[in-house]
Amino acid sequence: MTSVFSAVYTRDLRLALRRRVEALIPVVFFLVAVSLFPLGVGPEPQTLRQIAAGVVWVSALLASMLSVTSVYTGDHADGSLEQMLLSGHPGYLIAAAKAAAHWTITGAPLVLAAPLIGLLLGMSAPALATLMASLLLGTPILSLLGGLGAALTLGLRSAGVLLILLILPLAIPALIFGAGAVSAVDAGQSTSGHFSLLGALLIVTALTAPLATSFALHIALE
Amino acid sequence: MTSVEPAIAAGAAPLPTLSLTDVACRRGQRLLFKGLNLELRPRQAIWLRGRNGRGKTSLLRLAAGLAVPEAGYVAWGGTPVRRAEGYLQRLVYIGHTNALKDDLTVTEALQFLARLHGRPDDAATLRAALERLGMGSRRDAFVRTLSQGQRRRASMARLALEQQASLWILDEPYDALDVDGVRVVNELLHAHLARGGSVLLTSHQHPGAQAPAVAEFDLDPYG
Repeated sequence: MTSVFSAVYTRDLRLALRRRVEALIPVVFFLVAVSLFPLGVGPEPQTLRQIAAGVVWVSALLASMLSVTSVYTGDHADGSLEQMLLSGHPGYLIAAAKAAAHWTITGAPLVLAAPLIGLLLGMSAPALATLMASLLLGTPILSLLGGLGAALTLGLRSAGVLLILLILPLAIPALIFGAGAVSAVDAGQSTSGHFSLLGALLIVTALTAPLATSFALHIALE
Repeated sequence: MTSVEPAIAAGAAPLPTLSLTDVACRRGQRLLFKGLNLELRPRQAIWLRGRNGRGKTSLLRLAAGLAVPEAGYVAWGGTPVRRAEGYLQRLVYIGHTNALKDDLTVTEALQFLARLHGRPDDAATLRAALERLGMGSRRDAFVRTLSQGQRRRASMARLALEQQASLWILDEPYDALDVDGVRVVNELLHAHLARGGSVLLTSHQHPGAQAPAVAEFDLDPYG
């Protein structure tokens, strides 16, 4: 059971290591997108500090969506996906491993890059810590939802755009509570409500998305 | 081949029969075939033939349980393949794609497939399998550097990992292989049938004189 999870997970990490430049694109996109805001909005520290959490979260969301389109396309094209679904292991384990690998490759670097970007936008230390924590809980949700979107749009011609249209609405709660937690810190309020809801979202997504992804993959291969 | 003897003696249960009953297959708007009946028993090899676009690959995918037939049913030991206990564990499906990742080495790619399907995946076994297919010297090369024929050999090395009676569904196994590659695949087929396995394969040409006795099954009349 767990061996198939680790087999798929380690393989995806190894493939990402062999294609480092491709794996770095989402983080670079994230850094570039966020650093555009001071240029567009203006350099007033007060304004930047106010919008920082939202900017970082929206950019992280878009960076995740950008990279998630290709989660299953390669495996679909070269027949690996067929082999995974014919392995006799539950499809949700494979979907979970793919989502976990996607998070490790793109989500984790976003979490690590967030403080740097936060400093750039003049965020306070407690706000930075909250931002990292909210991204730590939120980015796995994005990877799980993204995997589902990638499976649903597998083999379609305009898969990329369709995936974003399908998944962005589902990702809105994570965005609201993630960015909301940081605003709450700035306003001197408790963040426990936001984190509880983010945690609950993560649990619900982790329990349902891999299963739904597995169904979608079976349909896509028929 | 003495090393496989204990595996047979320990013996999994004999391989159930794969049967397709009154099967129809639709691809988009087109009905590829209908009213098709096929039975594949242990120690039997069936060579599926038919013109291009007749639905050979579609039939293999139905048999593997990757697709559901438009009508009729595909059963393994009397149970529909999609619900048959242990079906996937005893199935080796090699499609026309090789399922090898370009950025892995040959050994890594084969190891992933072996692990996925619960076959032995230790270095010595993998090496022996690749050597059997004449890929021993290329085992640490990246898959992207291989020729088509070498890729096919690497994917066929999965067959050399098999130790128990299983069901092989092979889509154009001889594709891109040279004379020597065809010979090795035929040897593997012989050993496989001898231990009680069964094979459903497609091929443009007759598998050749060295191939085990194959029952021909022509798809053309079912169009």
